[in-house]
Amino acid sequence: MKQEVSAITNSHQTGLYQQYTGRKKFVILLLALLTAALSVIAINAGSMNVSPYQVFMTLFGQRSGISDVVIWNIRLPRVLAGIIAGAGLSVAGCVMQNNLRNPLASPSTLGISNAAAFGANIAIIVFGAGSVQSSSADAVIINNPYAVTASAFVWAMVGTLVILLLARLRGFSPEAMVLAGVAIGSLFSAGTILIQYFAQDVQVAAVVFWTFGDLGRASWKEVAIMASLVILSIAYFMLKRWDYNALDTGEETARGLGVNVEKVRLEGMFVASLITAVTVSFLGIIGFIGLVGPQIIRRIIGADHRFLIPGSALMGALLLLSSDTLARTVIAPVVLPVGAITSFLGAPLFLYLLARGYQKR
Amino acid sequence: MILSVNGLKFKYPGRRVLQDIDFSVEKGDCLAILGTNGVGKSTLLKCINRILKPQSGAVYIQEDEIFKLSRNELAQKVGYVAQKHESARLTVFDAVLLGRKPYIKWDASPKDMEVTRRVLKLMELEDYSLRYLDELSGGELQKVVIARALAQEPNILLLDEPTSNLDLKNQVEVIAIIKKVVKEQQIAAIVTMHDINLAIRFADKFIFLKNGTIFEAGGVEIITPENIEKVYSVPVAVEKFNNIPVVLPL
Repeated sequence: MKQEVSAITNSHQTGLYQQYTGRKKFVILLLALLTAALSVIAINAGSMNVSPYQVFMTLFGQRSGISDVVIWNIRLPRVLAGIIAGAGLSVAGCVMQNNLRNPLASPSTLGISNAAAFGANIAIIVFGAGSVQSSSADAVIINNPYAVTASAFVWAMVGTLVILLLARLRGFSPEAMVLAGVAIGSLFSAGTILIQYFAQDVQVAAVVFWTFGDLGRASWKEVAIMASLVILSIAYFMLKRWDYNALDTGEETARGLGVNVEKVRLEGMFVASLITAVTVSFLGIIGFIGLVGPQIIRRIIGADHRFLIPGSALMGALLLLSSDTLARTVIAPVVLPVGAITSFLGAPLFLYLLARGYQKR
Repeated sequence: MILSVNGLKFKYPGRRVLQDIDFSVEKGDCLAILGTNGVGKSTLLKCINRILKPQSGAVYIQEDEIFKLSRNELAQKVGYVAQKHESARLTVFDAVLLGRKPYIKWDASPKDMEVTRRVLKLMELEDYSLRYLDELSGGELQKVVIARALAQEPNILLLDEPTSNLDLKNQVEVIAIIKKVVKEQQIAAIVTMHDINLAIRFADKFIFLKNGTIFEAGGVEIITPENIEKVYSVPVAVEKFNNIPVVLPL
C-alpha cells in the first residue's frame, strides 16, 4: 500500500515536471511561430506591393517576374539576415552573460563592436575604401565593401584575442574579462576618434554610415556565411548547456560537477566573439540585441540553458526582424537605421519586464 | 581503503596553509575535520577535489591518483558541497538534476531523472521541486546542494560546513540522512564542522587541524579537554550524557 502511494506521488511529480518543461517548450514554439509569421509580413512590406500569396508562391518555387526579383534577391536575404544576426547576437550575449557571470555582458559592452568599428574606420579612412557619390539616393557609398568587412573582422578578432589573453593572465576570472573588455573597447573608441579627427568630412560620413547597422548589406553569400556560423555555434552552445547551468551555481560547485571551468569559458567567449565579429563586419553595429534578448527570455522562462539558449536565439531573431520591419515601413520609403530602432523597441519592453520582476511559475 | 592522502602540502603565494597531511578513510567512514577558522579545513577539501592544486603530495581514491583522472571522472567519484552557494534562476529539480551532469552525455536519461527524484524524496524536498532556488530560504538551499552532491552517486562526499544554515531539526535530520547513505552504500563522507557536539553525533573518526597540520587523529577518544584546549585555546569540559561525550566551554 505504502509503495503504491509513493508510486502515485512519483508519477504525479513526473507529470508536474513535464508540465513545467512543457510550458517552456511552448514559449519557444510560440516564439518560432511568431518569427515565421513576422517573416512573411516583412517580406510583404516595402515599396513594391506583393501579396502574401505571391510571397508563398515565390518561396515555394513558383517564381515569376519582378516580384520574384524583389522577393528573392532583396527582401528574402534581408529578412534571413535579420533572423540570423538577431539569433546570433542574442545567443552570443546569453553565453557571455553566463560565462562572465555578469548581466551586463554583451557583444556591444565588451568592446568587440568597438574593435570592429575601428577596423572599418581604418579601411575607409586610412586605405580609402569609402567615397561619396552625391547624385545617388544614398549620399554615401562604400566602394570597397569587402575590404571594409575584412578589416572590421580582423580588428574585432584582434580585440577578442587581446581580451582573452589578458584574462588568461588572471586565470580567466570573469572580472578580469569584463574589465579587459571595457578597457579594450575604450581604447578602440579612442583610436577611432583620432582617425576620424584627421579624416576628410566625406570619409567620416562614409564611416558613420557604415557604423549604423543595416541588414540590407547582406546578400545571399553573407547570409550563407552567417547562417553556417550561427547554426554551428548554437549547436556547440547546446552541447555545453549543462556546463553553463553548472556555472550558474558557482565556480567551485561547477568544478565539483566535472566542469573544466577555464576551458568552457575560453571556448564560450571565443565562439560568442566570433559570431559578433562576423555579424558586425557584415552588417555594421547592431547594439542592444545581445544584451536585451537573453535578459527578456530569462525573465520569461528562467535561466535553464536547455531552454534559454534556443529561447534567446528566437527572441533575438524576433527583436531584430521586427525592428528592421519597423525601420523600413514607419516612414517609408526612408529606411531608418535598424540599430536605433532596436533600442527604441527593446528598451521599453525590457524596462517593463524589469519593473514586473521575474514571472512566477 | 577508499581514500588516502599522502604528504599533502598546499600554500598560497607567501602563505603556507597545509603541510604533511597524511590520512586515510575506509568505506562507511564519516570523518569530521575540526579546527579553528582559517586553519585550512576548506582548503584540504578543495585539494582532495582538485579545485586547488597542492604543491606536493598525492591523493588516491580507491586505486586512482586524482591527477590522472579527468574532471568528469573525478566528479563521478567525489561529490562536493561548497561552503557558499549561489542561487540561480533554476528550479530545485533542475538544480539536483545537475548532480547528474558527470553522467549526462547529451540529455538526461530516465535513470538520471529517477536518481534525482529518489534524492529529492530522501531529502524531503519533493514539495519544493518546482520552486526556484532564489526563492528558497538559506536552509532549504543548503538541503538542495547536499541533494545535488548525493545525486552524483559519489564514492566520497566532501561537505564544507553542511549544517551551518540549518535549524536544529534540519541539522539532526540532514546529518542522519548523510550518515545513513554513507553506511548503506558503503561510501565515505568527510565533513568540516565548527560545532564539535554535532560532529560527535555525526562522525566516527576525527581529525584536529592546528597550524596547517594534523594535530591529532582518531576515534571519539581523541575528543578530550586537553586536545580541544590546545586546538581552540578555550578551556572546556567533556562530560558524558547517555554515553555520548558533550563538550562544554568553561
